[in-house]
Amino acid sequence: MSEAGVATRTVVVEKELAHAPEKVWRALTEGELIARWLMANDFKPVVGHRFQLRTQPVGGWSGVIDCEVLEVVASQRLSYTWNTMGVDTVATFTLTPTAEGTALRIEQSGFSEAQEQNYKGAMYGWRSFVGKLESVVNEMNEGETR
Amino acid sequence: MATAAATRDAVFKALADPTRRALFEQLSRAGEQTVVVLTARAGVSQPAVSKHLRVLKRARLVNGRREGRETHYSAQPKALAPLMDWMEFYGKFWAERFDALDEVLKEMKG
Repeated sequence: MSEAGVATRTVVVEKELAHAPEKVWRALTEGELIARWLMANDFKPVVGHRFQLRTQPVGGWSGVIDCEVLEVVASQRLSYTWNTMGVDTVATFTLTPTAEGTALRIEQSGFSEAQEQNYKGAMYGWRSFVGKLESVVNEMNEGETR
Repeated sequence: MATAAATRDAVFKALADPTRRALFEQLSRAGEQTVVVLTARAGVSQPAVSKHLRVLKRARLVNGRREGRETHYSAQPKALAPLMDWMEFYGKFWAERFDALDEVLKEMKG
């Protein structure tokens, strides 16, 4: 059931990189470097800047992601909206210095922190919600033969 | 027949609202309930609950079963599948992108 477990959380991917946070930060925020690992873009590390990430269209998808920069903390934290095919999400990168270099983490969730803050009763926050999904899905899978 | 993208969009939009998430959770946990019971727990008016239930129904997250004068609502967790697919897709996507990033870092000077 480990596959289902992974699939039911907010998307979080972490990677250890043998490079200093300042260098990783450049790769996350300089347009030409972003293009080499992510997508063609007109990114600028300025809060409020709207930009697009572009890749090859596939099937019914335009290959365009509309973004707006939400947070820029040099060498520590970068957050932007990630809107495509009518689904509005937020991607947040966090850089933590380690003995070997940098622990890079991306967290992508369906709802922005601003939306969450509108509702202070964190009981029904996105994080707790996706946590609970796991039990719902497990029950669902138990009731079926796959 | 709704397209996969439209279905996913409806599920995301339905769950973007905290009150609707709470209603969906409540129905997932407690099984079938009426609007009256849901309203007592939701902390918003009955018309508001009914409106939220309509959005959840459109996204097929909730089903309504009419019995006499009352409708009994139940959660349809299978409708969460587009959300699960989305999470799985982006999990793989970022893992691959981070590998590519590592290559770029190796090629960078300084």
